[in-house]
Amino acid sequence: MMLPIILSFLVLGSIIPVFLKDKSSFVGRGLVMLPAFASFVCLCVAGVEVVSSGQSMTWTREWVPSFGLSIGLHLNGLALLMGLLITGIGTLIVTYALGYMGGKSGTMRLCSLLYLFMFAMTGIVLSNHLIILFIFWELTSVSSYLLIGFDHEKASARRSALQALVVTGLGGLALLAGLILLNQMTGTWMLSDLLAGDYQVAGHPLYTGCLILVLLGAFTKSAQFPFHFWLPNAMAAPTPVSAYLHSATMVKAGVFLLLVMQPVLGGTSEWSHSLMLAGGVTMAIALVYGLRQADLKKILAATTLAVLGILTFLIGVDTKYSILAALVFLLGHALYKATLFMTAGAVDHSTGTRDIRLLGQLKKTMPLTTPAALLAAFSMMGLPLFFGFLGKEYAYKSVAGGSWLTIAVLLVGNATMMVLAARAGVIPYFRKSVGDLPKKPHEMGLLMTAGPLLLATIGLVIGCFPGLVSPLISLAYTGIVADAEPYTLSLWHGVNLPLILSLVTFTLGFTLMKVLRPAVVGKKVNESTFADTVYEHVFKFVLMVARWSTKSLQTGRLRSYVIIILVSSCTLILWKLVRFGGWPSLEKIGPVNPFIALLLVAMTMATLFAVFSKSRLTAVVSLGVVGYGISMIYAKYSAPDLAITQVLVETLTVVLFAWVVRRLPRYRKLSTGFERFMDTGLALIMGGVMTILMLKSQGLFLGPRISDKLAQMSYPEGYGANVVNVILVDFRAMDTFGEVCVLAIAALGVWALVDKVTTKGK
Amino acid sequence: MESLILRTATRFLYPLLILLSLVVLYRGHNLPGGGFIGGLIAASAVMLRALAVGWDEIKASKILNPIALMQYGLIIASFSCLLSLVVGNVFLEAVWLPTWYLPLLGKVKLGTPIVFDIGVYMVVLGFALLCAKSLDSNNK
Repeated sequence: MMLPIILSFLVLGSIIPVFLKDKSSFVGRGLVMLPAFASFVCLCVAGVEVVSSGQSMTWTREWVPSFGLSIGLHLNGLALLMGLLITGIGTLIVTYALGYMGGKSGTMRLCSLLYLFMFAMTGIVLSNHLIILFIFWELTSVSSYLLIGFDHEKASARRSALQALVVTGLGGLALLAGLILLNQMTGTWMLSDLLAGDYQVAGHPLYTGCLILVLLGAFTKSAQFPFHFWLPNAMAAPTPVSAYLHSATMVKAGVFLLLVMQPVLGGTSEWSHSLMLAGGVTMAIALVYGLRQADLKKILAATTLAVLGILTFLIGVDTKYSILAALVFLLGHALYKATLFMTAGAVDHSTGTRDIRLLGQLKKTMPLTTPAALLAAFSMMGLPLFFGFLGKEYAYKSVAGGSWLTIAVLLVGNATMMVLAARAGVIPYFRKSVGDLPKKPHEMGLLMTAGPLLLATIGLVIGCFPGLVSPLISLAYTGIVADAEPYTLSLWHGVNLPLILSLVTFTLGFTLMKVLRPAVVGKKVNESTFADTVYEHVFKFVLMVARWSTKSLQTGRLRSYVIIILVSSCTLILWKLVRFGGWPSLEKIGPVNPFIALLLVAMTMATLFAVFSKSRLTAVVSLGVVGYGISMIYAKYSAPDLAITQVLVETLTVVLFAWVVRRLPRYRKLSTGFERFMDTGLALIMGGVMTILMLKSQGLFLGPRISDKLAQMSYPEGYGANVVNVILVDFRAMDTFGEVCVLAIAALGVWALVDKVTTKGK
Repeated sequence: MESLILRTATRFLYPLLILLSLVVLYRGHNLPGGGFIGGLIAASAVMLRALAVGWDEIKASKILNPIALMQYGLIIASFSCLLSLVVGNVFLEAVWLPTWYLPLLGKVKLGTPIVFDIGVYMVVLGFALLCAKSLDSNNK
């Protein structure tokens, strides 16, 4: 029962800000922060139970039992680790956001959206049913779209938001297909079954397809090569959003997916090769990109990409220790990256710039932000006593027995990360020289400094005493790797290969810091990547095709629409007629009823009258005659409902027309003689085809007639003697509901086109 | 189109036609009629009135606001669809009250299909009115 409560707190959190009147008061701020904190506390309470019992907590509620769909939630080690990060960092981010926005308009919108995102993200990690996971997955895409495009008045923000939505949305669709394939192979929707059971899917014919689709989902979300380009662009978001999306949430969703899929899909060479390749390439691209940036947030985005690459790489290495290393790395990264983003936001707020070529000497003016950034940067560098050190140690440990290539990849990656960490967390505060800052720097309030300080301190504390988080990591680890022993993290492992590799990393890192200088002021920084340009071209191409098809299909001329409708329906009917073959028999035609014959003659004459008339009113009235004729035929063949409706509709049409007829432009022939000739031909063909269809349908038996059955059921099941009405309001009420909705929309369309446009024009 | 005869006749015809539309709406479940036809009859009645006395009087009327009619019609129709869920049936399955007898009307059977039909009636009426109103305001 705890799990839905946790989620409902977050839903509550997204609603509260909307109704809050007093936005900057102490109580108001407290109310905004409270739901996140409450869900964090609930998760802690549930977590204690899960850790102490070693059993995961589940909650299931039937949704659509006939499709095997249920709202299944569960809390295992990995979900607990992720959930604590999401809600814990979430609480601090909401606090920070309140300070960052400073009561400006839109503060509450930002908080509400942050909560929506938090809800979606927590939903992903808690879901047990794969389809529920997918729904939350898509919700993160949608809410991140709103968050990235928060400054919707900026074109660049809108573009970045749309880009993130398109990329992650496409990946989401691939993921849905992948999950369905997974269900086809294993026969279960439940993640807990997949994690516990021993499913042999590696040799299954659907395996490769499923793997590709699931990886597409994970790679787009976690911005792995070749979908890495959306992440740096997403920096258009306000800093609290970046801090949240790129540390503990959004981009970790893909990593989370890879972790939970590892027991089922992992263990094959396809799995590890594709993950190691994508991860390695992403890391390389990100680091090269990061070294060329001067914007604090872009540098941090690049390191996020690099870390995601390393995580994917580690999961791909696919040994017991590599999963452990990925988990430790993930926790460490969430802590220091959220801190660094928040301090970057504080620097931006304080100085008015994020350009590291200008920043320096902030330690004097920002005494609270500086230690937070410094501690986080040290953790990111992987200095001993910080949690980042452990992440690096375990990463080296997991590849220690492997090939030299994997070791080299990690070595270079970690060393370059040190350079970027120094640029993001040390240089702005300690560099001697200072450029021309747009604003005089000052320290931020408690709302904006408390969060980073707390997170940075946690990174140091659990780095010194890893035993504090050991049970949590160990539970997540044993939950993913089936035959793993519970593991206790420790700081000192003696002198071994990982330690030596760490020392090599430090040497290399400090050397690189000396060699690679940040770009100089005034030099243009290339911010776009090749993949981004490709995306741009593809996007433009799609728009071009859409424009072309719209222009050629939606001509705006009634004549061409009618032609398209008639030609296509004619073709379809003819195709079906030819498939049945044979000429229609004329045997079933009974004697001609004189009344009907007279009616038909009148209707034909009225039609000809309408075609050749020189006045619009004559044409309309003639068509009305045709309509009344049809209604009489209905009445004759005992369809009173249809007949009444037809009469009324004809009447109303003529009346409506009488209103507008005087206001319309002069009655003219707009088509050429040739066009009219072709139209006549088409009309004759259509008439002929319909006649053949009618005759043919008399002699065909396609199955029991549905109308008989409906008529039989009408009274006993629908309690109505009028079967037409029972069909409309009971048997097929869904169709009727759709139709009345269409009616309402059509009426609004008429109103907008006729009423609004003409009054505006005047 | 000012005509004394039309105006006087409308004064009697309009309420009668509206009543007729309601009767048609009610009896639709067993005899020819129903929400669609009832709505169309009501629309013709309103248009007759519009022809006789002009649109101003109808525009002033609170009940005959087309957008509100469509809006509440859709709400009523969706309410009748959702009621089955509350009772515990499948979505859209009809829910009926027990039958009782009234003088004049005879056997009365009320259920969600009737409510649904009322929604349809309102949307159809609103649709016709909004179209007519839009086309007419073009005149001015």
